[in-house]
Amino acid sequence: MNEDQKILEPSESVTMTDSAPTGITNESGTPKMTARNVDVFYGDKQAINDVSIDVNMDAVTAFIGPSGCGKSTFLRCMNRMNDTIPIARVTGEIKLEGEDIYASRMDVVQLRARVGMVFQKPNPFPKSIYDNIAYGPRIHGLATGKEDLDEIVESSLQRAGLWGEVKDRLQDSGTALSGGQQQRLCIARAIAVDPEVILMDEPCSALDPIATAKIEELIHELRGKYAIVIVTHNMQQAARVSQKTAFFHLGTLVEYGETTDIFTNPREEKTRDYITGRYG
Amino acid sequence: MNSLTDTSRRPTDWQGAEMQKRIAGRYAAERRFKAMGIVAIALSAGFLAFLLVVMVGNGFRGFAQTELPVVIDFPAVTSGASPSQFEGPNAEANLQVMGLRDIVDSSIEIQYGQDGTDLFSPGGWTAVSAEILNDPDIVERKATVYLPVVSEIDVAYKDEGTAGAEEQVRRLGDQLSTGFNWNFLSNSDATDPMQVGIWGAFKGSLITMIVTLMLAFPVGVLAALYLEEYAPKNRLTDLIEVSINNLAAVPSIIFGLLGLAVFLNFFGMPRSGALVGGLTLALMTMPVIVISGRNAVKSVPPSIREAALGIGASPLQVVFHHVLPLALPGILTGTIIGMARALGETAPLLMIGMRAFIATPPSGITDPATVLPVQIFLWSDEVDRGFVEKTSAAIIVLLLFLLVMNALAIYLRNRFETRW
Repeated sequence: MNEDQKILEPSESVTMTDSAPTGITNESGTPKMTARNVDVFYGDKQAINDVSIDVNMDAVTAFIGPSGCGKSTFLRCMNRMNDTIPIARVTGEIKLEGEDIYASRMDVVQLRARVGMVFQKPNPFPKSIYDNIAYGPRIHGLATGKEDLDEIVESSLQRAGLWGEVKDRLQDSGTALSGGQQQRLCIARAIAVDPEVILMDEPCSALDPIATAKIEELIHELRGKYAIVIVTHNMQQAARVSQKTAFFHLGTLVEYGETTDIFTNPREEKTRDYITGRYG
Repeated sequence: MNSLTDTSRRPTDWQGAEMQKRIAGRYAAERRFKAMGIVAIALSAGFLAFLLVVMVGNGFRGFAQTELPVVIDFPAVTSGASPSQFEGPNAEANLQVMGLRDIVDSSIEIQYGQDGTDLFSPGGWTAVSAEILNDPDIVERKATVYLPVVSEIDVAYKDEGTAGAEEQVRRLGDQLSTGFNWNFLSNSDATDPMQVGIWGAFKGSLITMIVTLMLAFPVGVLAALYLEEYAPKNRLTDLIEVSINNLAAVPSIIFGLLGLAVFLNFFGMPRSGALVGGLTLALMTMPVIVISGRNAVKSVPPSIREAALGIGASPLQVVFHHVLPLALPGILTGTIIGMARALGETAPLLMIGMRAFIATPPSGITDPATVLPVQIFLWSDEVDRGFVEKTSAAIIVLLLFLLVMNALAIYLRNRFETRW
C-alpha cells in the first residue's frame, strides 16, 4: 500500500468504523480517476464527508449503499454534473489521469465528454435514433464527414448491443423505443463521444428484469474498454457486474474493496449489516 | 393483534337508506355541475354567434355598393383618343391630361339631367380610369360603366335612408343595381363613405405587426431563456420577474403615453408611423412572450438538459439544441396571444398619432399609417350613415386577419411540437 492510505483516516463523525477503508488503490497500474478527501456541501448540509477512492480502468466499480447515502452525489462530482446545482460546493481533489478536474483550467465541457454519464431514467433526446448518437460527435467535431459519422453511429450502437434491433429504423424517434432499448441507446450515445470513463447512475432501476439483464451483459462487454462506475441499489447487481465495490453510508465511504471480499467477508460491521439486509 | 380482530366496529351497511341517499346526492351534484357547464358553454357560444351574425350581416353590405349605369361615348367626348395612349408607363399621365372627370360628368348630365352629378359619389369617376387602364380599347367605343351612387342613396337603397334619398331610389327604380365594392379592398380612408377602403389600414396593421414581432419575439425569447437558464436566483432577478409580471398587466394606454414620451419626444421618431406603433406594441407584447416563454422553458424536462450536459454539450448548446426547440411550441402559443392582443390594440396607438386621417397606404415603416382597429374606431365615430356598414366590414377584415395569423401560428406550433 502507498502513502495514499494515510489520508484515509476515518473522520470523527463516523463512529462505527474503527479502521480506515482499505483497498482504495489500484494494484494494476495507475488508476484512471482518483478522489482524495472529497467533501460535498449542499448549502450548509454536508452530503459527502471525506471520501477518497480510486477508479480503475480494468474493473467495474459499483457504489452501493442505502438511499441518501451520497453515492449518486459522489458520482455526479466525478464529471462535475453537480455544477448545475448552484448551492452545491465540492472540496478536496478529484483527478482524471492526474489532472485535477476542479482546477480552473479544466474545461467542463471536455471533461464531460471524457467522463460520460448514463442516468437513472432513460433520457434519449426527442430526435431520431441516428441523431441521438450523432449529436455528441457532431458538437465535439469527432467526425470528419457523413461516412465517418455513420461509422461512429453504427459502431456505437453495435457496442451497446442495439444495432441489430434498430439498424432498419435509424430515423425513428429515440423516444419510441422500449425502456431497455432507450437505456442502451443512452449508453451508445455516451460511447459515441469515445469517453474514458462511463458513470452509470442506477441505470437499471427503471427497467424490467430482462432489460436489466441486457444492460448488465453490456456492462460486462464494455469492461476494459472504459472505466465504468455504476451506482446501484441492487446488491445482486453489484455482485454480478462489478469487480470492485464501495459501500457508502451517511456520506462516508465505509468500505471499498474487491467485490467478492465485500460480499463474502466484509471487514466492517456496517457493511455486513447492509449486505445481509438488516437495514437500507 | 386484538385490534385487528376487534368486532366492536359496526359493519358498513352499503345497502342502507343513508348510504343510498349519499349516492343519490353524489349523482345529483354531478348532474348539477354538468348542467352548469353546458349553460356556460351555450352562453359563450351564443354571444359569439350573435356577434358574428350581426357583424357579418352588416359587414357584407359594406362590401357591396349601389351603382347606376353611365353611358360614355368615348370617341365623341375624348376627340379621338387612341388605346395606345393608355398602355405603358405614360398611361396614368395621359389619363390626367385627358380631364376624365369632366368627361364623366358631362356624360352623366346628358343621361340624368342637369343635377345628375348629385346622384353620384364625388370620387366615383375614378372607377372609369381604372376601367380604361384595365382595357384601353374601351376608348374607341361607346361603353356603359357602372358608377357608385352618392352615399345617401346607397344607404336608402340597401336599408332605410332620408326621405329625399328614398324618393330618389323610387324615381331611379330598376336602374339601380348592386355591385361588388372593389374600392373597399384597394382604397384607403376617405371622407366619402362610398370611396373609403381598408387597404391602407390593413397594410398599416401588417407593417406594424411585423415591427412588433421583429422586436418583441427575439427580445422576449432571449429574456425568457436568460432568466430561466442563466440568471442566478437572487433579489435582482426576483425584482425583474415581478417587474415583468407587472408590465404584462399595465393598461395599454399607458404604453401609448410611454411611446409618446420616449419614441416621439425623446428619440424624435416620425409621428403616426408604423415604426413607433410597432415599437409601442412591442413593449406591450414582450412581457407576455417573456412570461409564456419562461413557463415553456421551465416545462422542458430536466432530464434532457442532463442528457445533453452529460455528453459534453456546453450550456449554450443545451439551450439552443435542446431546450429552445422543445420550448418553442409553448413560446409560440404565448406569442400568438400577445400578437393577437397587439393587433386589436387601439388605445396606445391613439396616443402616438396613428389616428390621423391617412388617405394613402404607407409604403414604409416611417410613413404615416393607421391600423385596422383604429380605422374601425374612426369610422364608428363618423356622422355619415354610410360609415356604419363600412365599420362592420372593417371588423370582418380585422377578424379575418386575426384568424389567418392564428392559423399560421398554430400550424407552426404543430410543426415544432415534439411527440414523446
